[in-house]
Amino acid sequence: MSEPTEGKRSEEMLRGLLGPGVPELDCEECFAALDRYVELALAEREADELVPGMRAHLAGCPACAEEYRSLRDLLRADEG
Amino acid sequence: MTTTSETAAGLPDEESALWLARLRAGGGEREAAVAELHELLLRAARFELGRRRASLPHLRPSDHEDLACQSADDALLALLGKLDEFRGESRFTTWAYKFALLEAGVKVRRRAWQGREIPLAEEAWARLAGAARAERGAEESELFAAIREEIERSLGARQREVLVAVALNDVPIDVLAERLGSNRGALYKSLHDARRNLRAALARRGFDLDLDRKEER
Repeated sequence: MSEPTEGKRSEEMLRGLLGPGVPELDCEECFAALDRYVELALAEREADELVPGMRAHLAGCPACAEEYRSLRDLLRADEG
Repeated sequence: MTTTSETAAGLPDEESALWLARLRAGGGEREAAVAELHELLLRAARFELGRRRASLPHLRPSDHEDLACQSADDALLALLGKLDEFRGESRFTTWAYKFALLEAGVKVRRRAWQGREIPLAEEAWARLAGAARAERGAEESELFAAIREEIERSLGARQREVLVAVALNDVPIDVLAERLGSNRGALYKSLHDARRNLRAALARRGFDLDLDRKEER
């Protein structure tokens, strides 16, 4: 959850302001590929090679990054 | 998890194919599959709301459950409308989960900001100035000063508005989209363009913008 924070680290602030600076998916493309990307990542396969632009988008978009973490953790919980 | 559901031909695995067949069937079989799917989505929505409980401290348990049910209902509707888009690149249940997590996440963020104003640009400038003061190196201090100048000089009005709100004032992009009558995708495009223009302007002034290299120093 992105809550207003005081004293946000300057490096974190810079990353938010400047973004990943490399080609990335947009939010719609991210949502379309998220399930595949998470399964590949959990299976320790080449998720970043097979879904190019996803890692950069997750670095630049806090909302999509939250959904990535939630899906990953839900699948981990399912695995018990 | 040790495997993915991807088959060599990219076809759905057996369990996913069964879900599709039942949801495309008629009568009682479809009704049962839809009810089962709703339970699955509800579980995912509850999972997300459980993770975000701290951001909604004023909500009663019954409000949490209402939000979870609304999320599952909306996710089910969205998912059934996109059933033909499932390509079997993941398990069907993984594909379904993401609809519930999206709905629940958006609802939590919007509820957390309900009744709160979007912070003004002045608050963002104060944060930027605070970050500049915290930097020990002269180059980093200058970078933060230049960022403020270029945000005001090199960005369009919408780009500036979105960058300041999301990157400096930590306004969730869904919340901003709702207030501006837009959507996440359109605002992310503005954010992306703002970052690109800001990077270009700073690079023209000779700043090193490789943050990973900076961190290694």
